[in-house]
Amino acid sequence: MRESSPRRRINARRINAGSVATHAALSLGALVMVFPFLWQLLTAAKSLAETAKVPPTFLPDTWNWSSFEEVFTALPFRDMLFNSVFNTVGRTVGQLVFCSLAAYAFARMQFRGRNVLFALFLSVLMVPSSLLVLPQYDIIQRLGLLNSAPALFLPGMFSAFGTFMLRQFFLTLPKELEEAARIDGAGSFRIFWSIMLPLVRPALAALAVITAMWSWNDLLWPLIVNTDPQKMPISAGLTSLEGQFETNYPVMMAGSLIASLPMLIVYVFLQRHFVQSVALSGSKS
Amino acid sequence: MMSVFPSTAAAKKASRGSPSAAAAPKSRGQRAAYLFIAPLGIGFAVFYFWPLLQTFYYSFTEFGAFGGHTWIGTDNYVRVLKDVTVWQALGNTLIYCVIGLLALPLAIFVAALLNRRGLRGVSVYRALYFIPFVTLPVAVGLVWNWLYNGDYGLINEVLEWFGADRRYWVSDPSTAVYAIGTVMVWSTTGYYLIIFMAGIKGIPQDYYEAAELDGAGPLRRFFTITLPLLSPTIFFASIICMINSLQTFDLIYIMMAEKNPAIGDTQSVVSLFYKWAFVENAQGAAAALAFLLMLIIAALTLVQFRLQKRWVHYA
Repeated sequence: MRESSPRRRINARRINAGSVATHAALSLGALVMVFPFLWQLLTAAKSLAETAKVPPTFLPDTWNWSSFEEVFTALPFRDMLFNSVFNTVGRTVGQLVFCSLAAYAFARMQFRGRNVLFALFLSVLMVPSSLLVLPQYDIIQRLGLLNSAPALFLPGMFSAFGTFMLRQFFLTLPKELEEAARIDGAGSFRIFWSIMLPLVRPALAALAVITAMWSWNDLLWPLIVNTDPQKMPISAGLTSLEGQFETNYPVMMAGSLIASLPMLIVYVFLQRHFVQSVALSGSKS
Repeated sequence: MMSVFPSTAAAKKASRGSPSAAAAPKSRGQRAAYLFIAPLGIGFAVFYFWPLLQTFYYSFTEFGAFGGHTWIGTDNYVRVLKDVTVWQALGNTLIYCVIGLLALPLAIFVAALLNRRGLRGVSVYRALYFIPFVTLPVAVGLVWNWLYNGDYGLINEVLEWFGADRRYWVSDPSTAVYAIGTVMVWSTTGYYLIIFMAGIKGIPQDYYEAAELDGAGPLRRFFTITLPLLSPTIFFASIICMINSLQTFDLIYIMMAEKNPAIGDTQSVVSLFYKWAFVENAQGAAAALAFLLMLIIAALTLVQFRLQKRWVHYA
């Protein structure tokens, strides 16, 4: 005992030195990750003239928040935010409904052609999205839905990834629950809705969160189907700021900060589900 | 493949046991199963399977000025293969792919640091590193363009302290593609970090303890335990990373204005596709280009799976 205590102290000191170095490296990295957003905020609070100063100032001379109001007049910003919400909710609800139904059937029910159908559905995962957008555009056009809210979320309501992820979860549930319910006279849908679905709530939450993020941030599809600024989501709408106000950086930074905020808030509150959904997509395949 | 459906064999055996009793509810169960799948199936048919066939058809047609497609055989494919801009876009796309893969070693390094026993603030670090990935791509592109700005940008300012020359990072053809690639790495590292953290968590702590008793230092432990046991995760992440960076579009669209002199030097296959399909109305050629991209993705994924045996260790 007496011998080991000095050694332990040395070890402790070494661990301390090591963890200081670790924290230093990690903090430096974290600073690189976060600094652009800080710069965005500082730029948004500067006057237009100050952003053109050489050398650039770090803190604004006078804090000026008018850019955050200006962005609402420079663009149909309110409409765009609303379109983004509509798009995000539409895709997320759609995926939760369609994917969970199909995932349950693939995981827990017996039927002819199950393996073939499942393989066919999974093949969607392997097709690059650019391969599909031309005919998808044609379909939306033929339905008369160009520049409409449903155009934004229609194809995105169906997801192979979501189906696959939920199926993996349904597979882990015990069989006895279903059998007991069936003996009590519950039908397939009843069993699915009131017994099995609540049990996969963590997976549903993870899927909802990751789908919401993809939908909020999606760019290519909205650029194609909704070209009227009033009908664009914010992800596409903000890109037009760049052309219009080539040098108005405060307004651009203010706009992109406001537009990023909803997902950042969702992320802060639902971090656990974000992490879970990413980790799931990483380890279960 | 068998293990994917563990319950199938057992269920078949069970139903064979009592055919008459099981028949009626089974067919009803079958119908229910198809009803469960139908909504997704219809969505896939309309928005994925049918468009896939359509694109294949389009790639052999020419889109007329007044709409409608005329069959022109393999002309589009010939055009794609002969077009210099296609080869340039392919080259750029491969550069994005290679730069994009740099996110993996970075993420592994950070994940290994975060795996340190007794380290505090792990979830805070993870959150901070993940933020760029959650942020709207437009916001990311705009702020980086501002940081890269040749006249007022912060990056030039900092580099000048070290005596480097001022550069127009995103409009100089020799740097633009790397400038965009850097942003790509910056915004995806956090995503792979989470995947690797999950992978590292799966490595039994006893291995590290045993190695420590044998006197292995942190570096040694990293190379002999973490890296080999993480290789299946690295394999998965590298496939995802490759497929995603081969489809790079958002950052290029956001960061490159139409009049940018470096636009040809940064164009990816998908951004060229967008231009052909929706700006120049060359839908047939665009469809052929998209098929070329799919073939490349499939081929490279196949190569990765083939090479897998050489370096991926399954415990």
